[in-house]
Amino acid sequence: MAGGGNIAAAPPVPRERRRGRLRERLVAGAFLLPAAILLGIWLVYPALNTVVRSFYDRSGDAFIGIDNYRTLFTSDPLLTAIRNNALWVAVVPALVTAIGLIFAVLTERIRWSVAFKVAVFMPMAISLFAAGVIWRVMYEKEPDRGALNATIGAVSDWVDPPGVLSSARASSPALAGGTGGGFALRDTVAPGGVALMGLTGIRASEVPDDARDAVRPRPEPGTVTGVVWRDFRPGGGRPGVVEAGESGLPGVTVELRRPGGARVADTRTASDGTFRFTNVADGDYRVAIGPKTFAEPFDGVNWLGQGLITPAVMMAYIWVWAGFAMVVIGAGLAAIPRDLLEAARTDGASEWQVFRKVTVPLLAPVLAVVFITMVINVLKVFDIVLSVAPASVQDDANVIALAMWRTAFGGTNDFGLGSAIAVFLFLLVIPVLALNVRRFRREQ
Amino acid sequence: MRRPHGHPGRLLTLLVALVAALALLAGCGGDDDGGDSGGASTGAADTNVKGTVSMTAVWSGDEEAKFQKVLDGFKDRYPNVTVRYTSAGDQLPTVLSTAVEGGNPPDLAAVPQPGLVKGFAARGALKPIDFAEGTITENYSQGWVDQGKVDGTLYGLYFKGANKSTVWFNPRLFEDAGVEPPTSWEEFLQVADTLKDSGVPAYSIAGADGWTLTDLFENIYLRSAGPEKYDQLAAHEIPWTDPSVINALTLMKDVLGDRQNIAGGIDGALQTEFPTSVAQTFGDDPKAAMVLEGDFVPTALPADSNLVAGEDYDVFDFPAFGEAPDAVMGAGDQIVMFRDSPAARALVEYLATPEAAEIWVEQGGFSSPNKNVDEGAYQDDLTRQTATALAEAETFRFDMSDLQPAAFGATVGQGMWKDFQDFLRNPDPKATAQRLERDAARAYR
Repeated sequence: MAGGGNIAAAPPVPRERRRGRLRERLVAGAFLLPAAILLGIWLVYPALNTVVRSFYDRSGDAFIGIDNYRTLFTSDPLLTAIRNNALWVAVVPALVTAIGLIFAVLTERIRWSVAFKVAVFMPMAISLFAAGVIWRVMYEKEPDRGALNATIGAVSDWVDPPGVLSSARASSPALAGGTGGGFALRDTVAPGGVALMGLTGIRASEVPDDARDAVRPRPEPGTVTGVVWRDFRPGGGRPGVVEAGESGLPGVTVELRRPGGARVADTRTASDGTFRFTNVADGDYRVAIGPKTFAEPFDGVNWLGQGLITPAVMMAYIWVWAGFAMVVIGAGLAAIPRDLLEAARTDGASEWQVFRKVTVPLLAPVLAVVFITMVINVLKVFDIVLSVAPASVQDDANVIALAMWRTAFGGTNDFGLGSAIAVFLFLLVIPVLALNVRRFRREQ
Repeated sequence: MRRPHGHPGRLLTLLVALVAALALLAGCGGDDDGGDSGGASTGAADTNVKGTVSMTAVWSGDEEAKFQKVLDGFKDRYPNVTVRYTSAGDQLPTVLSTAVEGGNPPDLAAVPQPGLVKGFAARGALKPIDFAEGTITENYSQGWVDQGKVDGTLYGLYFKGANKSTVWFNPRLFEDAGVEPPTSWEEFLQVADTLKDSGVPAYSIAGADGWTLTDLFENIYLRSAGPEKYDQLAAHEIPWTDPSVINALTLMKDVLGDRQNIAGGIDGALQTEFPTSVAQTFGDDPKAAMVLEGDFVPTALPADSNLVAGEDYDVFDFPAFGEAPDAVMGAGDQIVMFRDSPAARALVEYLATPEAAEIWVEQGGFSSPNKNVDEGAYQDDLTRQTATALAEAETFRFDMSDLQPAAFGATVGQGMWKDFQDFLRNPDPKATAQRLERDAARAYR
């Protein structure tokens, strides 16, 4: 149905002369007939049938008036689709036109403009669905799979290098905290005491190579001793108890703090996980492991989650269509008379002023064409949403065309409601289409 | 201000060309003429059967290649019949419904959803396959023959079966954590906990595919509520708000609610598809220790991984609840016939033979419900184990979501699939039961 744009492209019937008018009309009719028949079969009849079908129920047996349209404006998923579509129309055509304009103006001035243009135009050569599949993979949350998150992860690891351990949990209630803020023993320790800091949830492969079996240190007068160890052995082991076969964690920075939190001293654990603070003055202390030890690796931006999915799909869509906008606007740019620009420059206009006051107004008709084309395209956006959004968030990424497909063909097979959605979409496209047809007429 | 003449013409041409190209592309996808079985000869003798058979199933990729070998075996017997196989993937219900609505279905289809078959049979879209009843009863146990009947008429032949009551695990990670495959639900949760302490998440959940979540629920429900309740719920004779459902959802929460124990967390799980959930559990850098899915898990292993059954991956039966007897939840693809022709009949008869099934059995990743298939043909002990369990289970129940109307049980992004994804996001048994009941009521209307 959305293919109705083709009508606008039909060549105008040439003006005829008075002589032999009837014959010419017959000839014209004969030439038009095949197109008229095909259009009738493939466009007019299905369109009318869809309108009729939209007043019938799911099976097509019972006439139910405007019930389908009522459902359309009351069901939550469909309202989300309408809202998302509005967002698409508000954001995407403007962005595509703006980006196309920027690329077009810039490529006029660079040396390798053709190569650049080819690169930007390239996405147009693949189908939207394929582009969607590409972005679907790029957006994966797991940095091992998603290129985007891998890039962000590499940068964030460079800014904030990961610590010795990535993940860990306290093995017993004696230790409190988490990897974000570090761990601290609940009970205070006095000189001569032993601090047992058992951690669990650490992969065997993450234990440093120089680690040896953990040892429970002896108490020493005037000294706080302790051990940080991987409180796990095959089968689980007893939490909070240093057992044979459990590994010490070397290289962990342990802090001795006043009960108020002020740091007194820090030290690093040995290969068996033990540590000692010597010459400690009498009093109560807290023993803690600072957060520095556990820089968690970058977890990945949740591009495909409920919150970011619509912007993520839009970004993929803009990536595809920016090239189209650039080429069309670039062609318009090439047609602007150079002398006008030169005259403006001679009159002392800055480059920005030339762009704002001369280039853009002269380009306005082309920009309008790009913008309107994009509005129509965006209204019926479908395949890229289907291919980028995982099934778990398709309700959140829904748009009208996708809602129509899912309702009519996605298993529900409610052709009545599906037709109603299609008619609604058609009504939305018509004003823009009319505007476009009028533009074409004017330009001829 | 008007621009100089000449340019808009070129622009227009460009736009027209673009629009035309897009329209052409759009046109290509839609209308694949479903294959008319032209020129089927009247000769009834096997060697004289001629014609073309179109067939659609969900098998794609690797499975498609394996099924093609089965079809090659058919070609050897009937050199004059051409089988055109098209994979519809997950969209099979959509593709078939649309094709039937449009009056242009394929000759044969392999349908995993009995609910869909029932619907087609009720609409009169299917042709009975009683001509093959002899071959079928000879090769299948009565239980499987009955599964293919709708109101006493034989419409379906189960070519491929699946044992979904299995849990696949990475033996190396189990060894690291010092745990053994569990047999009871309590042991299972304990093993998961120990795995977490060893530093590796226990569960690899494919939350982007709703069906993996419904399978988990069905396994828990079949064991916790028993087969009678299972049948009642499957037929929607008891509502989804029944206490037995809420109890099963609460048990399921023991797994899905243990957020630190799910690879990638909940956000990661919701965008993990089934093949990824398998790939990330086995191999060099495993991200989780167990995949809670059926006997087809090994088929999803990365092709280039050279993983060895029993060493790199292993399987145990889905844990039992209390004293409940062994129960197997499973599924299967039913061959049904939309258009009758000698060639189509020949293919149905052929697919009912053990020889046809053995071609796929030997290639692996296939459990045949055909009782005469040679057990020795299975590639490895694990497959033999799961396939035999499928055949010999005291209690066998069909995958419940497949028994539902497609809109509720087998549609991406709605019904059960969607509701269980929401449950993964926010495991609230009561609210989920209510949503399920609401959607079920709508689909059964």
